[in-house]
Amino acid sequence: MTYSIASLVAGALTGHRHWKPAWRKPAPKPAYDIVVVGGGGHGLATAYHLAATFGIRNVAVVEKGWIGSGNAGRNTTIIRSNYLLPGNVPFYELSMKLWERQEADLNFNTMVSQRGVLNLYHSDSQRDAYARRGNSMRLHGIDAELLTREEVMARHPYLDYDNARFPIRGGLLQRRGGTARHDGVVWGYARAADRLGVDIIENAEVTGFLREGGRIVGVETSRGAIRAGKVGMAVAGNTSRVATLAGLRLPIESHVLQAFVSEGLKPTVDGVITFGAGHFYVSQSDKGGLVFGGDIDGYNSYAQRGNLPVIRDVCEGGMAVMPMIGRARILRHWGGIMDMSMDGSPIIDRTPIDGLYLNAGWCYGGFKATPASGMTFAHLLARDEPHPDAALLTLDRFRTGAVVDEKGMGAQPNLH
Amino acid sequence: MLITCPFCGPRDAAEFTYRGDAAPVRPAADAGEAAFFDYVYLRDNPAGPIREHWFHRAGCHGWVTVARDTRTHAIESVVAVEAAAVAEGGAR
Repeated sequence: MTYSIASLVAGALTGHRHWKPAWRKPAPKPAYDIVVVGGGGHGLATAYHLAATFGIRNVAVVEKGWIGSGNAGRNTTIIRSNYLLPGNVPFYELSMKLWERQEADLNFNTMVSQRGVLNLYHSDSQRDAYARRGNSMRLHGIDAELLTREEVMARHPYLDYDNARFPIRGGLLQRRGGTARHDGVVWGYARAADRLGVDIIENAEVTGFLREGGRIVGVETSRGAIRAGKVGMAVAGNTSRVATLAGLRLPIESHVLQAFVSEGLKPTVDGVITFGAGHFYVSQSDKGGLVFGGDIDGYNSYAQRGNLPVIRDVCEGGMAVMPMIGRARILRHWGGIMDMSMDGSPIIDRTPIDGLYLNAGWCYGGFKATPASGMTFAHLLARDEPHPDAALLTLDRFRTGAVVDEKGMGAQPNLH
Repeated sequence: MLITCPFCGPRDAAEFTYRGDAAPVRPAADAGEAAFFDYVYLRDNPAGPIREHWFHRAGCHGWVTVARDTRTHAIESVVAVEAAAVAEGGAR
């Protein structure tokens, strides 16, 4: 069923009994051309692009839980392409362009809302750094505007401009940035991939790899063995665990990132605002809740729950930049597991093992990357060569020294 | 999360700075590129027990070795890094 105004009206007139499951629940076939491990946004986007862009439809996605149960349902939904480095800028802009046509591509309302992403600055040096970032973006044809304090005031009058320690001097605005509905994104990709013949196999945890000679030729799962011409891993958070099954050690640590939602409020915060002095970012969901977060907890964790010091730190950041947030109650908060790479940038590459491909290390910026991650990983799987926009996101960059260190922090994951 | 510093007693984890997995050992200066790549970048990243280094920044400024479970955050032991090295027979 293709969704449209006509189908909605027709369905409404017949009591909404026309809704069907958005994707099939197939049993795994014995073999596929390509098996993608991980049914999150990135894995599903990869499968979708394999079928839609590269014409490879004999594809399965194996997911240990159900679609939407992992980090896809645990993020703060921000989309943007305000990056600095050559390895990142074209990649995230590809993603932004794919977000802009996503609803038409997928025939699904993913609620892409380009309401602007504003990074505040508080000092001369920070202004210079943001000016440089904005220039880098504009050189790549990406929109960026350096706003003065007065221009920020006109957009967001409720911020604390005269904070004694962190007065707001202005901000870097990307108007094309914004938010999208995280659940809608995975459902949309799942449905679109399924319609192109991709088998989405839920509740199938990968427990090992099938090998012939030195080559990986499939996966062992809790629903049986599945052979594959190629296996692509997109299992953020569990990357090290799955890689260990293949005998692979990676430049990755798993850390927990917490996020928060307030009670529902009337429209208050227009756009996404980030506090440049601490680590705090906030937007308002379409349901009215303020969605906000800050740093990762900063130590290795698979617990999917956080600790109080970071909650306190995030709330302090919020109070410093937006004192009115103290009047809102936090409704809920949660923790997701990030695979933090050693330079803070992702890895989309072949592995040293024939037949096994890696999509990992998204740190806590994976959501905005979903469409381009799928497109470029599908390109790598289909053609065995990197997509030009992801060519620098290699696994061996750590060995060669060509790291993509966006924050200039060095080789420690909890600094990124 | 409370970390029981061997010198200061139980303290909020926020007093500490995390340095990461205690397993990697700095190779000899002439060990070669592969050994240093391994030391700087590659991690086992276990889901389960891990030994790791924390620095008591807002306390005694001591370095401690914490044995912790990454699935539950449960801490089994905290010892000074010197004591941990001696217990392993190391001369660090």
